[in-house]
Amino acid sequence: MKFLVCISKTPETTAKIGFTNDNKEFDTNGVQFIMNPYDEWYALVRALELKEKLGGEVVAINVGPASNDIIIRKALAIGADKAIRVNAEPESAFAVAKYISDHAKSENYDIIFTGKETIDYNGSEVPGMIAEFLDLPFISYASKLELEGSSASIERDIEGGVEGIKLDTPFVLSAAKGLAEQRIPNMRGIMMAKRKPLEVVEPAVVEEPVSIASFELPEKKEGVKMVDPENMEELVRLLHEEAKVI
Amino acid sequence: MSVLVFAETIKGKFKKATFEAVTYGRKLADALSTDCIALCLGDVTGAEDLGIYGASKILNVKDDALNHFDSQIYTSVIAQVAGQTSSDVIVLSHSANGKSLIGRLSVKMNAGSVSGVNALPNVDGSFSVSKGVFSGKAFATYEIITAQKVISLMGNSFGVQELGSAGTVETISADVPASRLTVTEVQVSEGTVPLPEAELVVSAGRGMKGPENWGIIEEMADILGATTACSRPVADSDWRPHHEHVGQTGIAIRPNLYIAIGISGAIQHLAGVNNSKVIVVINKDPEAPFFKAATYGIVGDLFDVVPRLNDALRKFKAEA
Repeated sequence: MKFLVCISKTPETTAKIGFTNDNKEFDTNGVQFIMNPYDEWYALVRALELKEKLGGEVVAINVGPASNDIIIRKALAIGADKAIRVNAEPESAFAVAKYISDHAKSENYDIIFTGKETIDYNGSEVPGMIAEFLDLPFISYASKLELEGSSASIERDIEGGVEGIKLDTPFVLSAAKGLAEQRIPNMRGIMMAKRKPLEVVEPAVVEEPVSIASFELPEKKEGVKMVDPENMEELVRLLHEEAKVI
Repeated sequence: MSVLVFAETIKGKFKKATFEAVTYGRKLADALSTDCIALCLGDVTGAEDLGIYGASKILNVKDDALNHFDSQIYTSVIAQVAGQTSSDVIVLSHSANGKSLIGRLSVKMNAGSVSGVNALPNVDGSFSVSKGVFSGKAFATYEIITAQKVISLMGNSFGVQELGSAGTVETISADVPASRLTVTEVQVSEGTVPLPEAELVVSAGRGMKGPENWGIIEEMADILGATTACSRPVADSDWRPHHEHVGQTGIAIRPNLYIAIGISGAIQHLAGVNNSKVIVVINKDPEAPFFKAATYGIVGDLFDVVPRLNDALRKFKAEA
């Protein structure tokens, strides 16, 4: 079995978000970057578990500059066999998906994994785009994946419940919580990662169909109004008369 | 030139998020001086009602293969209908299915896409539209450069409006490719509003001490007609079902009222809820970070405060 795991670099979850250059650029000053948690905890780990059970290979792919190598090495330390970095800094999900598809089209991967979304641009667009570029089925928000030979049983999260699906490889899948448990790389993994192949690919330029014009921070909350715990009638009155939500 | 809204169904039934997408599509069509066409797929009930929410035309493609969701064949059919109706803008709900479709449609139609938009686009000269980014910590305005566009609307960000009257449903045909997957079951909890659509949400965390204490939370949800939610540690400990988990690794919601009971308000939890219109925080720790994000705060033992609040709410409902 051959699995491709798409990994993205995102600010860590508690990072303070700010903007520069007239609110046109994300201010990376002082921001720590990590592997997107859905990619790392669920997509990558499930791919590794399936490889350990069925044999094969797990390839991690990232689209980004050389500074991304640190998260790519982490994927190798957790257990990916090799990695590919497409050397580009795209603005749109479309370009990311095109670069990944250009690599994957001749590689015959059985499953292409992504996280359900990245925690920076929250798009959920890349896996569907890869699936359409490659003419493959796509299952989003998978919280369970079992594989017997080429037949897969999947559960995916839908609003207020789950959907059960059966299909054969190859396909694209986006990983949600529940698919696997986070793995912490051990010292041996970290040492081995240094010797694993990380191939850098120079891509053909893709035209971006969308661009970000500006950013904005949410309006500051006015400050909390404290209500006496003995007087819940007052809270109900505020919710009804002031906030008008009940 | 029309605006085509994919009117999503689960088990053949429309959801509030669909009506919201239709209302949004109509307002967008008005801004572009064009029609709003609603498209439903497979066997559906009540499609006439889409006219009430603003659809000027209601189309239905019927085929057994469309009675279950498959992003690949849905994409093919939606793109065909977009071609037949000369639709330049496709509007989806930002739901599990909408998220499965938006990327595919973008590639299929060579259309720029923005997912999870929260307002109408600015269509003066260009086409730019706002969405939440950095998991609720900021907003970004995207410009779509291509002639064809696909956007998905974040639930509860626009509102449902009655803009017309029930319409007539026109059945049209399209080539439906064979599906390469089988949907074996669709399990949804009946009777409650799914979290992403809920206007009122009662949510509880570790402060509840154990699953056996959830009676007072369910009671409050019953009185208000609210949907219940929980924090990550609660879902991780299996005190509550996984689909109730809101926050960065769970689902992001933006109800009118979010009542957080016994939740400290870690930044990862806030990311999923801080776009709620009004937040009430009940916590015994006055230093709980959640108070900084709250509209109303109550410092007290939830096992005293919640029953008292339930009584007050019951009284309010009886008088209303």
